[in-house]
Amino acid sequence: MANEKKTVWTKKDLLGLEYLSREEIEHILYTAASFKEVTTRQIKKVPALRGKTVVNLFYEPSTRTRISFELAAKRLSADVINVGVESSSVRKGETLIDTGKNIEALKIDIIVVRHDCSGAPNILARSVKASVVNAGDGWHEHPTQALLDIFTLKSKLGRIEGLNVSIIGDIAHSRVARSNIWGLTKLGAKVTVCAPKMLIPDGIEKMGVKVTNDLDEAITEADAINVLRMQLERDTSGAFPTKIDFFKQYGISEERLKKCKKDIVVMHPGPINRGVEMSSGVADGLNSVILEQVTNGIAVRMAVLYLVAHAKRN
Amino acid sequence: MKYLIKNGRVVDPANKIDDILDLLISGGKIEKIGKNLSDKAESIDAKGMIVAPGFVDMHTHLREPGREDEETVLTGTLAAIKGGFTSIACMPNTEPPLDNPAIIKSLKDTIKKDARVNVLIIGAITEGRAGKRATDFHKMKKEGAVAVSDDGASVDDETVMSGALEQSKEEGLLIIDHCEDRKLSKDGVMNHGFTATKLGLKGISSESEYERVKRDIELAKSASARIHIAHVSTKGSVDVIRRAKAEGVKVTAETAPHYLALTEECCATYDSNTKMNPPLRSKEDAEELKRALKDGTIDVIATDHAPHTDSEKDVEFAFAPFGIIGLETALSLCVMELVEKKVLSWPELITKMSVNPSKILGIDKGSLKSGAIADVVIIDPDGEYTYTKDSIASRSKNSPFINWILKGRVSKVFVGGKLATTDNL
Repeated sequence: MANEKKTVWTKKDLLGLEYLSREEIEHILYTAASFKEVTTRQIKKVPALRGKTVVNLFYEPSTRTRISFELAAKRLSADVINVGVESSSVRKGETLIDTGKNIEALKIDIIVVRHDCSGAPNILARSVKASVVNAGDGWHEHPTQALLDIFTLKSKLGRIEGLNVSIIGDIAHSRVARSNIWGLTKLGAKVTVCAPKMLIPDGIEKMGVKVTNDLDEAITEADAINVLRMQLERDTSGAFPTKIDFFKQYGISEERLKKCKKDIVVMHPGPINRGVEMSSGVADGLNSVILEQVTNGIAVRMAVLYLVAHAKRN
Repeated sequence: MKYLIKNGRVVDPANKIDDILDLLISGGKIEKIGKNLSDKAESIDAKGMIVAPGFVDMHTHLREPGREDEETVLTGTLAAIKGGFTSIACMPNTEPPLDNPAIIKSLKDTIKKDARVNVLIIGAITEGRAGKRATDFHKMKKEGAVAVSDDGASVDDETVMSGALEQSKEEGLLIIDHCEDRKLSKDGVMNHGFTATKLGLKGISSESEYERVKRDIELAKSASARIHIAHVSTKGSVDVIRRAKAEGVKVTAETAPHYLALTEECCATYDSNTKMNPPLRSKEDAEELKRALKDGTIDVIATDHAPHTDSEKDVEFAFAPFGIIGLETALSLCVMELVEKKVLSWPELITKMSVNPSKILGIDKGSLKSGAIADVVIIDPDGEYTYTKDSIASRSKNSPFINWILKGRVSKVFVGGKLATTDNL
């Protein structure tokens, strides 16, 4: 893995990859590598966070991210509490800040928060002394997902610098896309985003990415593709393409994969809509690292929880 | 009580005065302006200060009746004093809205009892501000309304708006137009563009504003009615207004200090005190607004003072209500953004903050001519201060400028010849 530099971790929160330096991102990846080794042991547990308490505060339903964080915390010997709240009911009742302060009054060390409002973790983080880890906020960021994507990619190809990575699918509504763009560009990858025009948000090129509507253009030179989940059910305007049309134009099929570099890495943050953004053959094929991503997610989240809990604060 | 304000720079653009002069206030009125006046009156040394007609804000939300937890006539007018405003016009989006003569009459009683500066009333254009049926302008004007507006909402129905403009012309009651096509702005929360993309927030396009400006100016033109465009925030709107003025359409316009001092990038921390409607726009928009102030396309600087409690504002960006308070920071922001940056001279600034709003509202303010009611502000143009939360007179503290070091300070304010204080006893 990367040479460890003498990075002193000072951030109490992980709110997004926009806010991290290249060195900080590399430090998380390095830390994750050592925790990955832990997850392969017979006894998959270390006492790094013994006596610490983590709350998973989820305002949006999520199974995989919540379980991954829960496992990560448990493997560090932290105590874990899961709180699921329906965002709309909270809106009428207790405010986010009050909820945060109440959790803090219970002497919680880390709040892992998922919220449908962009920026909710930022607001929470400045209201509490506890560490706040963003587990996905609105369309804004999903930093641990991008970190695990990058970790997986680096494990496969040995580097990030100089790689051509294409992110394909609904960029406009994707926090995974934004976090990946920040992280990958900071580490020196060349990032292309590819989607139908209506799913490309305005000004995205200013984040340092190439934009295309042509899938072949996006995949031919790519060393890796990260295929986003298409949430067609979210569309109420009726303007989205149908599932079949989307697959024809933007779906990753075996035929399409033949046009790509032979050892292209295929990623997906899950859950997959088989036959919409990706065929089953591709999802289960030799280029797919989708399940490795899931495994690596635990190590990456262990690293994040460990670092924020031990942040050197001023 | 008589006051002799000595050796100040008297800036009275309505009478083309800009000179070091003395000003004598007596019996609630301006008695005299001249060199080396002497009188037994209480003397106020205004050396190094600017003496000007009190500011007139044609866009204030006082929240009374209905939302006295956010602001009242008393607290809002105390904030006005702190900001150098001697007259303010309050918007009708109260609960219930100011859409009929009876409620206007009742508010007038409150104003009589509580107001510390002149408070003028703006009635609603449509019943319940719902955009469906125009109100009775004649009756509201008779009860004292100086203008009508559905501010906070735009009148979507073209027929209703046309009818309102006809009525406006007939009754001589100005329409102050909140321009927003909600079919375009939808549930946006900040300016559409790269910053919104980066933050993952829904955008409000410039088109949603200027397309409605365009429509309503066209309607005003066909009706030969006057129209005043509220809180102009985009270059697109400026272009439309500039062209209309060149064509001779009777359109006037205002912008607010925060559109000059802040841009969309200020939303980056998700501080809901950067959330207003129209939203903070791009740097290019802010620059164009300054040009428009300079060349006269924008006539007025108004505050759009919009109080909201901390508990309403301290929530997720998307859930927070739009708007910030502005009465107490308007002057300083204009000094810093316009005077210091040589966009406007002092007489030009006083024109935008006092002379023009008075003219547009048709009120006898904004002048220091002898015999005029003595609404006067004394400004320390170089006075620097930190704007703290504790110093805010408004009942609400929703300002993005808290803890900013500001320049250009209100020193004294006279309302009707009386020295005004913010002591609320």
